[in-house]
Amino acid sequence: MKKNDAYLFKITACLVALFITNIILAQVNLTGIKDLNIGEVHGNFQANAQYYIADSSIGAEAAAEKMLMNGFANIIFTKGKFTAGIRYESYLNGLQGYPAGYKGTGIPYRFATYKSDNLEVTVGSFYEQFGNGLTLRSYEERNLGLDNALDGIRLKYEPFKGLYLKGLVGKQRLYFSTGPGLVRGFDGEIQLNEAFKKLADKKTIVTLGASFVSKYQSDQDPTLVLPQNVGNSAGRFAIARNNFKINGEYAYKINDPSSDNNFNYKYGDAALLQASYAVKGFAVSLSGSRIDNMSYRSDRTATLTNLLINYIPALPMQHSYSLLAFYPYASQAKGEMEFSSEVKYKFKKETFLGGKYGTEITINYSGANSLDTTHIKGADIKHLGYTSNYIGIGKDMYFRDLYLEVYKKINKKWKGTLIYSYREYNKSIIQKPGSPNIYAHIAIADITYKIKQESALRLEVQNLSTKQDHQNWAYALLEYTINENWFVATGDQYNYGNEYTNERYHYYMANIGYMKNTNRIILSCGKQRAGIFCVGGVCRNVPASNGLLLTVSSSF
Amino acid sequence: MKKIFLGILIIVGFNNRYFAQNSEGRVIPAIDLKTVDGKIISSSKFSNNGKPMIIDFWATWCKPCKKELDAISEDYTDWTKETGVKLIAISIDESRSSGKVGTDAKSHGWDFEVYIDENQDFKRAMNVGDIPQVFVINGNGEIVWQHSGYIDGSEAHLLEIIKKVERGEKIVD
Repeated sequence: MKKNDAYLFKITACLVALFITNIILAQVNLTGIKDLNIGEVHGNFQANAQYYIADSSIGAEAAAEKMLMNGFANIIFTKGKFTAGIRYESYLNGLQGYPAGYKGTGIPYRFATYKSDNLEVTVGSFYEQFGNGLTLRSYEERNLGLDNALDGIRLKYEPFKGLYLKGLVGKQRLYFSTGPGLVRGFDGEIQLNEAFKKLADKKTIVTLGASFVSKYQSDQDPTLVLPQNVGNSAGRFAIARNNFKINGEYAYKINDPSSDNNFNYKYGDAALLQASYAVKGFAVSLSGSRIDNMSYRSDRTATLTNLLINYIPALPMQHSYSLLAFYPYASQAKGEMEFSSEVKYKFKKETFLGGKYGTEITINYSGANSLDTTHIKGADIKHLGYTSNYIGIGKDMYFRDLYLEVYKKINKKWKGTLIYSYREYNKSIIQKPGSPNIYAHIAIADITYKIKQESALRLEVQNLSTKQDHQNWAYALLEYTINENWFVATGDQYNYGNEYTNERYHYYMANIGYMKNTNRIILSCGKQRAGIFCVGGVCRNVPASNGLLLTVSSSF
Repeated sequence: MKKIFLGILIIVGFNNRYFAQNSEGRVIPAIDLKTVDGKIISSSKFSNNGKPMIIDFWATWCKPCKKELDAISEDYTDWTKETGVKLIAISIDESRSSGKVGTDAKSHGWDFEVYIDENQDFKRAMNVGDIPQVFVINGNGEIVWQHSGYIDGSEAHLLEIIKKVERGEKIVD
């Protein structure tokens, strides 16, 4: 404790000194200071304050504190090749629906970077991704409280044009501390057309990459012999030629017993392949993945979203309409096979189907299944648990989404989107074991009427019908943009088809927002479900909320 | 308590008068981005021969972002003729959807430069909160205006700003 105090004292003393010199310098030469190029400071700020109103009928709980608030500010200082920054975070106390580990205040994120033409050194906190993230991705989504920033040292080096090397050592952020394990990683990428002069003018663009990540956590298990160092390596490629693109990555992880895989000793691997073809007005994209035992955390016993080192992309579409996002897919690191296919076409202007402004259609079909696995019978001394068939697809359906969208601008005043989606959802695997599969039809109309320049009315009408779960839902949202600064929106999500008539609840909500350049103040009232929420011209990933919510954000 | 004090001190310290300045004079931070072909490009290489630029942050799942880019795309030829402006669209799609960035841009018929900021390093460096967020860069490569959110018709306001920037007028907004 004493040591901490001394440390704090030193930092405070330094900052006070810096502060005083600031004032002195500012007073000495206020006018000529810009010419001195002392550097720049920029940042952004956001605070969400919520007053909770209990509503037992919809499961909305009151907070003992009545009001809770989350807030943060990023401040970045730049001078030439040098950048430093901090993020101050405050959870007094953390909002409901937020990971419970966020309590109190602090500066969990601080870094300094020096960047020359081909070398970059970062000390402190940083975010990094190798390839598609199958071996490593440190990442943040502030609005949802996701943050596994690495705290350590990172080097990036470009020895010659086209070759990019990265190396890092760090510990992962866990709320206001770090996890117990160490993460070490190396990534190399070569862009062949830039690296070799002979290939510079070739039409085919080829990039190759490889990464290796190792985590260390000591083994203190009284019964099991656990690997203390676990390596995860991957190779990747990307090829583009004219309008055609293909990329893929394969990752292999050695045995990594953890609470995620019931401490089995099987290796893990992941394969990801994406291809697309696009010309003006027409595009096709296909992607697929196979994931087997790929959970990788810097603490074997961590759960939820804590201390994840890698990232398993979920390929199905991300939806921003409320009822479309009702049953969202989450990738299954334990094991799954995913696919996604999409066609986009734009009927040209001045044609029968295109009309005056053209018509855009999107068709997407995506889904996921289990792996084709065979349990190892009898005594399994190595706790391997199962073997999996590489080519086979498992019998269990995890997810299906058939999605059709038509977007049309009719004239200068009217435009609209029509959507139909058929969804199959294995709730038991994705959310809650023991739930039945859900089969749902979703229809949406989103219509905008432009009243005058920068003033518009937008109406969203949505319907979801299913015989499972809570049965049918309807949703309506009316948004009125008064001018470029003000908007109001009101909506209701209604469980009109619930088989228990006394549970046919309404989820009313209302928003009023003020925006000026990058300043934004939004007051919302009512109950809001979690997910991507687009209102007032911006999209944000929101946690579930109820009561009165005030959001203030700004960047400078 | 100590931490709060420290936090306030740092904010106050950095926000001192000579540090505090408006956007003008700020240059684009140098961050590595990906082209839709998989090449790496540094944002410090963004240039438009002394003419203004727009940097627009978007994602394949963000409706207002795509509405804004569609609206600009419709009149883009006129915009470039009038002001010489160039638009650079930065997608913050994660690897789950970054493969669709190029196809989305092509199928929408956008004639913009499109880059992918897969782990949001550029978004962080530019202090972007919610998307869409646009930045207007003057001929000297300095950020002179920024705005977040898109409302039908607000592209007209953006064009006014660009015209002013092109004429070298100061933006008081």
